Amino acid sequence: MSVVTNTTTIGAIEAPSRRNTELALLAFAVVIPVFAYLNVGLALNGEVPAGLLGYGLGLGLLAGVAHLVVRKFAMYADPLLLPLATLLNGLGLVMIWRLDQSPRLIQRAKTLFGGFSPDAPKQLLYSAIGIALFVGVLILIKDHRILQRYTYISMAVSLVLLIMPVFFPAVNGAKIWISLGPFTIQPGEFAKIIIAIFFSGYLMVKRDALALASRRFMGLYLPRGRDLGPILVVWVMSILILVFETDLGTSLLFFGLFVIMLYVATERTSWIVFGLLMSAVGAVGVATFEPHVQQRVEFWLNPFAEKTWEQSEQIGQALMSFGSGGTLGTGLGQGDSDLIGFAANSDFILSTFGEELGLAGMMAFLMIYGLIVERGVRTALAARDPFGKLLAIGLSGALAIQVFVVAGGVMGLIPLTGMTMPFVAYGGSSVIANWALVGILIRISDTARRPAPAPAPSPDAEMTQVVRP
Amino acid sequence: MSELTLTVMRLGFLAVLWLFVIVAVQVIRSDLFGTRVTQRGSRRNADARPQQTRQTTAPPQQRQQASGGRQRRGAPTKLVVSEGTLTGTTVALQGQTITLGRAHDSTIVLDDDYASSRHARIYPDRDGQWIVEDLGSTNGTYLDRTRLTTPTPIPLGAPIRIGKTVIELRK
Repeated sequence: MSVVTNTTTIGAIEAPSRRNTELALLAFAVVIPVFAYLNVGLALNGEVPAGLLGYGLGLGLLAGVAHLVVRKFAMYADPLLLPLATLLNGLGLVMIWRLDQSPRLIQRAKTLFGGFSPDAPKQLLYSAIGIALFVGVLILIKDHRILQRYTYISMAVSLVLLIMPVFFPAVNGAKIWISLGPFTIQPGEFAKIIIAIFFSGYLMVKRDALALASRRFMGLYLPRGRDLGPILVVWVMSILILVFETDLGTSLLFFGLFVIMLYVATERTSWIVFGLLMSAVGAVGVATFEPHVQQRVEFWLNPFAEKTWEQSEQIGQALMSFGSGGTLGTGLGQGDSDLIGFAANSDFILSTFGEELGLAGMMAFLMIYGLIVERGVRTALAARDPFGKLLAIGLSGALAIQVFVVAGGVMGLIPLTGMTMPFVAYGGSSVIANWALVGILIRISDTARRPAPAPAPSPDAEMTQVVRP
Repeated sequence: MSELTLTVMRLGFLAVLWLFVIVAVQVIRSDLFGTRVTQRGSRRNADARPQQTRQTTAPPQQRQQASGGRQRRGAPTKLVVSEGTLTGTTVALQGQTITLGRAHDSTIVLDDDYASSRHARIYPDRDGQWIVEDLGSTNGTYLDRTRLTTPTPIPLGAPIRIGKTVIELRK
């Protein structure tokens, strides 16, 4: 250039697809669980575990397939969601395998059920099905706005999914299961995705009425009576779930999800106030006459009470395992969290992580969940259509509430509820549903990050008037 | 397995786990900034800038030379719109090229029926002298009373007329 200018050019970076970043992170996310697997094997048996190669290849294959599908069908998707979910899934698999090796748990299974079968291979199968569903979501849903057509259908489906467990026998005091032949399914896990679709479709249409038609009272905008209808319906429903299915977690999840989405759709703080008041009223009301809930609160307040030790032992042991982990943990495979016994590898898997990786590992863990939620919220911010915004917020909000409810319950912050830690805990429904959730988030983020089509040529380009002398 | 190996592995695993989190956050960080700022300055300017910061106590004469004459005494510091719908608008002159026109990506978007979408540009030359150049506009760009045909240096305070808009450079 002959003319020397001192120009500062501010230009948009050519919409990078970030797929190579994703691939690099994905490789990292596969290596970490393999390292963990090796570590567990060395700690438990003093030798490199036999399944190391197969396990690493299996996880790598699943991740690779998912990556290729994202590369093909969602070019501009967020580069972090897939690696983060893969890492959690892989670490969960390692932990389940580690608990499968525990002589205590094997002994327990033999005395209680007359036989022991390892859970890790099953979980690997569930993960494969989950990835298959993830792939299916990406291939079949070309544009997330298709889901908007099914707003009221998804309402019906989620109601059916939520009500169905009532007609099946309770498992361990909570009616959250339905059994279809040899399979048992936790419909609540799927319902959370479907109900988020309904909420976003519904709120997108109704949000103006909910946000604007209100009266001001004591510094709060009170909505009109008829606009209160839906929140009351959801509230009553979550109370009914609590009473009939004695499932505190699911009811908290649905009500919390609705309040979050109402707040995001209308920007009215009054909904949060209402939501908190209503959940407080509901919780206190149900806790006074529902013995199952009362018991859970009692165990939460006094986990080490001698009288109820038989039943609250799980919670007590979980707290002890967090304590014995300390800051840096006991090391993978060297903890005693298998003392928890029942549900050690599903609802309570977090306490194994807490004991063997310590506070440092636990923080990293929660950070990874936080990053998934952050990417979801970021996707919502970037999305160009209101439905996509609300759906991304709803899905990441559901994940956040679930992590809070489970982690809070296991750590003794809130009463324990029967929910699973997304991706990590043993359980087919949970893993499969959460992979579908991530699939939808990736689809929305692909649409959101795709470069906008070139703007139409400026209409005023031809309109310059000529000065007539 | 020896105790030492296991301890190393334990700490190593935590380190690797946190490394992943940090790498992920770095990816977010690079993702946050959707725009890239590039300096397309001359080599001389690029070399001069660190020199300039080092020689803050140098005499003014020397500093002027170092900065390629960009901050000459008496050089204009701002561009002011003195007539037209945008009257009162000022743009600080910091060595950037200023485009004028009705196109939405112009530095100064003229809301003027007699202006073309890419009407004129104003830029500093090698010596820091500001130049105005007509970009083939329909109605022309006038400096004082003369219609511009070639890029012309702008004297301080001289009115540049584009349609109904008049701009001038001030100190």
